Amino acid sequence: MSKVLVVTSGKGGVGKTTTTAALGAALAQRGDKVVVVDFDVGLRNLDLVMGAERRVVFDLINVVQGVAKLPQALIRDKRLENLWLLPASQTRDKDALTEEGVGKVIAELRGRFDWVICDSPAGIERGASMAMRFADEAVIVTNPEVSSVRDSDRIIGMLDSKTVRAEKGERVEKHILITRYDPSRAARGEMLTIDDILEILATPLLGIIPESQDVLKASNVGTPVTLSNADGAPARAYMDAAKRLCGENVTMHVPAERRGLMDRLLRRRAA
Amino acid sequence: MSMGLLRLLRGKKASAPVARERLQILLAHERGMRGQPDLLGVLREEILAVVSKHVTLDPTKVIVRLERGDEVSTLEVDIEVPNDFERKKVAVA
Repeated sequence: MSKVLVVTSGKGGVGKTTTTAALGAALAQRGDKVVVVDFDVGLRNLDLVMGAERRVVFDLINVVQGVAKLPQALIRDKRLENLWLLPASQTRDKDALTEEGVGKVIAELRGRFDWVICDSPAGIERGASMAMRFADEAVIVTNPEVSSVRDSDRIIGMLDSKTVRAEKGERVEKHILITRYDPSRAARGEMLTIDDILEILATPLLGIIPESQDVLKASNVGTPVTLSNADGAPARAYMDAAKRLCGENVTMHVPAERRGLMDRLLRRRAA
Repeated sequence: MSMGLLRLLRGKKASAPVARERLQILLAHERGMRGQPDLLGVLREEILAVVSKHVTLDPTKVIVRLERGDEVSTLEVDIEVPNDFERKKVAVA
């Protein structure tokens, strides 16, 4: 059965696009047929993070407006044959996203893919509300930081009231994904703890992605982090999150400080 | 435990508990307001509308302060009214 998953956050810069690419690739690596859809009209970036920026011909708006057929706009990933991208328009206005048009595209994608992953723009305006409108499940990307948690709370409120499912009296299944988690700052009590965040947002945890150079390197070369350094901590955390999305029970791994006793005594920072 | 001890030895205060408390208070308030008209906002609009019926308001001379507390919130509307406004009115009449 096909699932529509929105990756959202309210706040910008928390890692929605990275997460969309990584979860999309992770689910495709497991054998599911996946499409990642960029809803950030005017500021598209998923194509860049996926390494497909030079292959964009048509986009979501073209399909919504009937200028192009869906198969013409879908870009197949060069590394994973069951991973596809539907890019956003770079030039058009987000008002071009009509609810009726988006609904039709999502329905057509449901017929072709196991997972339709919608990468939401930041904010709570049209692009963000369209990205979540038809979702069955939501991944709320949150940084351990007050402004991000506040915005996540706002987005949870929208998921519970402004989605098609909510309006029908059904639930959108919500998951918190904590990104940019820095174990050394957590140890010093400078960062909201995982338990604090989960208690405040009252939403189950999908995974914890540690702050890592791997993520930046992956976007530099245009490869989802689960493919660029599959053995690294972020890749493993995303793979585990993908397993949980598929209903598997995987033990949660809280990233720990990688410092020896001598380092601690000398108060040397981990590189 | 060891984290707490480490912090104690360094003599630094953790800021995370402050963040947690501020968020809890703020979100309790924001969740309650969700989907409801902003009462204090409406009051501010209507108070200014009533006053401006009688006095020409200089928008730069109107100061609105809002303080949200746990139990009560206060809305303070400070309007500077020129001393000659009554004389002007009489003159018009």
